[in-house]
Amino acid sequence: MTVVLDLAPATEAELAEIIADCHARRTPLRIAGGGTRIENPLVAETLSLSRLSGVVTYSPGEMTLIARPGTPLPEIQQMLAAEGQALAFEPPDLRAVLGSNGTPTLGGVVAANASGPRRLAAGACRDHLLGVRFVDGRGRVLKNGGRVMKNVTGLDLSKLLAGSHGTLGILTEVVLKTLPLAPARTTLAFPGIDESTALRIFTTALSTPYEVSGAAHVGGTAFLRLEGLDSQLAYRRDRLLALLAELRPQVTDDAPWEAIRDVAHFAGGGPLWRILCKPTDAPGICVKLRAMGGDCSLDWGGGLVWYRGPGNPRAFVPHATLVRRGGAEGPAFPPLAPAVARLNDGLRRSFDPAGILNPGLMDA
Amino acid sequence: MSIAMPTPDGRIIARGPQIVAALRAVLPPDAVIDDPQETRAYECDALTAYRCPPLAVVLPRSTAEVAAAMKVCGDLGVPVVPRGAGTSLAGGALPTADSVILGTMRLRDVLEIDTDNRFIRVQTGVTNLSVSAELEPMGFFYAPDPSSQLACTIAGNIAMNSGGAHCLKYGVTTNNLLGATVVLTSGEVVELGGPELGPMGLDLLGVLCGSEGQLGVVTEATLRILPRPEGARPVLIGFESPEVAGECVANIIRSGVLPVAIEYMDEPCLRAVEAFAKAGYPDCPAVLIVEVEGSRAEIDDQIARIRAIADALNPVEFRESRNADEALAIWKGRKSAFGAMGRLGDYICLDGTVPVGQLPYTLRRIGELSRQHGLEVANVFHAGDGNMHPLILFDANKPGDLARAEAFGFDILRLCVEVGGCLTGEHGVGVEKRDLMGDQYAPDDLAIQMQVKDVFDPGWLLNPAKVFPLDASAAHRNAYRARAAE
Repeated sequence: MTVVLDLAPATEAELAEIIADCHARRTPLRIAGGGTRIENPLVAETLSLSRLSGVVTYSPGEMTLIARPGTPLPEIQQMLAAEGQALAFEPPDLRAVLGSNGTPTLGGVVAANASGPRRLAAGACRDHLLGVRFVDGRGRVLKNGGRVMKNVTGLDLSKLLAGSHGTLGILTEVVLKTLPLAPARTTLAFPGIDESTALRIFTTALSTPYEVSGAAHVGGTAFLRLEGLDSQLAYRRDRLLALLAELRPQVTDDAPWEAIRDVAHFAGGGPLWRILCKPTDAPGICVKLRAMGGDCSLDWGGGLVWYRGPGNPRAFVPHATLVRRGGAEGPAFPPLAPAVARLNDGLRRSFDPAGILNPGLMDA
Repeated sequence: MSIAMPTPDGRIIARGPQIVAALRAVLPPDAVIDDPQETRAYECDALTAYRCPPLAVVLPRSTAEVAAAMKVCGDLGVPVVPRGAGTSLAGGALPTADSVILGTMRLRDVLEIDTDNRFIRVQTGVTNLSVSAELEPMGFFYAPDPSSQLACTIAGNIAMNSGGAHCLKYGVTTNNLLGATVVLTSGEVVELGGPELGPMGLDLLGVLCGSEGQLGVVTEATLRILPRPEGARPVLIGFESPEVAGECVANIIRSGVLPVAIEYMDEPCLRAVEAFAKAGYPDCPAVLIVEVEGSRAEIDDQIARIRAIADALNPVEFRESRNADEALAIWKGRKSAFGAMGRLGDYICLDGTVPVGQLPYTLRRIGELSRQHGLEVANVFHAGDGNMHPLILFDANKPGDLARAEAFGFDILRLCVEVGGCLTGEHGVGVEKRDLMGDQYAPDDLAIQMQVKDVFDPGWLLNPAKVFPLDASAAHRNAYRARAAE
């Protein structure tokens, strides 16, 4: 698909002007960061944020990063790594999965609340979002939150903006908490097991105080990741090895965590679903998913199931999002309970009364 | 009394008996209180300078009873002030004469504990500490631990997005809240989130948490639980100056060691604590208490790293605890700090947050402001996340002293905003900081927040005179009144 850069403001003020104008004329817009996220079926002018780019402030000692939405994610990651820090929620790079060729941007990550395997231990993107600046659907420039770790001053709209896929406002600045990278990491791999055994491993490991920072099951192998100081790792690894000895774990230092994060095993074609569930429900859900003819994998200790294949998982698990259409019909987002849907709609009308920001993108 | 509340609506007060009768018709007899002798117990929270008995108090025992009470109040246009345990330091549960207090303290049941999926589901009147107590036999705990945890309820924790000493590592309430059953002013019951790690649709739970009872009343909550650490041990480090202590905090945070807590106390606080608790703290201008967790070897290793960082800054003292008694002794002074300060007189406790790098400058400026206002201030706070707790000492019996203390407090909070921080890190805005919101936010920033309230609570019946400056919220509050009067 060719993306025509109809509109590409270079400043927040320009952006606000464009939005105010579109609001007045009720002209819908497709909001594009790096063009790497959920497919947007809307036929409309594209508003690109690629020129609203760059780091405003990075203070390693205060563990805060302030950057504009179009800043490429790899640029941020390199800058943080040079200081021994990272975005702890481990944002994924879904280009291979989505078949897109843009560059993932920070704004896209926040707008999708995209979080990788470490979400299990460190929380999601929204948990690391300290504040935002954004332009709402009327063209008002607004801010919420700030750049401090603890802040209960007024309503927390940052959380609302995270994961709103550009339907409430267009981010112009995000403030994220950065955390020190663990100096050492190791992985326990359990090859040749099914999901119910994997779940047993996850439940055991996640009931220990050893701060497991990744618990995934891909291609018949379960993985447990440990991160921390050297002294911690050896001890925790040995304790887990002892606890799970009967399942013959292998210690490896080059487990495919990046590939797991990016769901590389389901790159290519076909419908791809992201399913959130209670971890102990995951093995049963996998049985049903396989019965529909596809394949699945687990992350977040079983709390996240990826499914590639035909059929509609919502027949037996409500919280399923169609991340890659791959020819499948129907809405990408799961239907909401009526009262919740009404609150969602009400908020969208408040933030974007003319319905111009990615209209319909999150519709169920 | 420098913080104004809106004039109570005489028409509502006049209809008091009908309102109480309507509540009695849908609730058990002991769940509705209107005897002035008894409603007086609800006239204030922990911000005791402001008091006003409510029209009535309802104490429901279930989500259905909360919904019934809310529907009555919603239909009759009566303001509702939700109340947990009444431990708010910001006046979050302060009633008005035309309001009904809706207390969550009888919602006491633990509904489900699921260690395999790592959550607990409770009614929200349970106390914070009792949640962890329930989990202890299973080897789990609930992380947020506000100082008032013995008394405060989960309902209040969610309303204020409470933190605590250990949130440096584990986050605050919003990071540990998975789901909520919420009753709206319409009486409608809404389920948000659940054991799954993510919302369906917009993150309504995220905006609900910390909304200070503005959006709905939370009757049940699903909370993330964690395995208990193997052990924990504090160290105490004394410094020649607040600046060096501040530098030590920043260096520890940068190093990759992630303590569960870094607490700071300054000289006035240390003096008060010594006189009160005899904790044996060193006589120096600033003390840090740093706590780390893990196995014995892990703790030793982390403490060695912290010692290396501290030693580079020539501390006056570096005290390790070798056993549980010594660990308790280190925490003893910190835990009794507020009690110790209370013995010195009346105080206002603020909780502005600043970027960690601004701590030394902010402390210096607070010292200057203290001399300017002629009131003493002591500092004791969570240094790791920059969440300050300046305690301003005053004499409530001395005319004008409270107003002077409030003016001093406002200056400190403006300073926090000026250096890039915020008005409140964990106590909430309530009425206390309501009139300063304009210093933190531009009119449009407040407008969009009030529009969110419009969506959840179109009648502006829930805690209507809190959080937003009265002049800013007047149009929203009056729009409904005007419609109702038609």
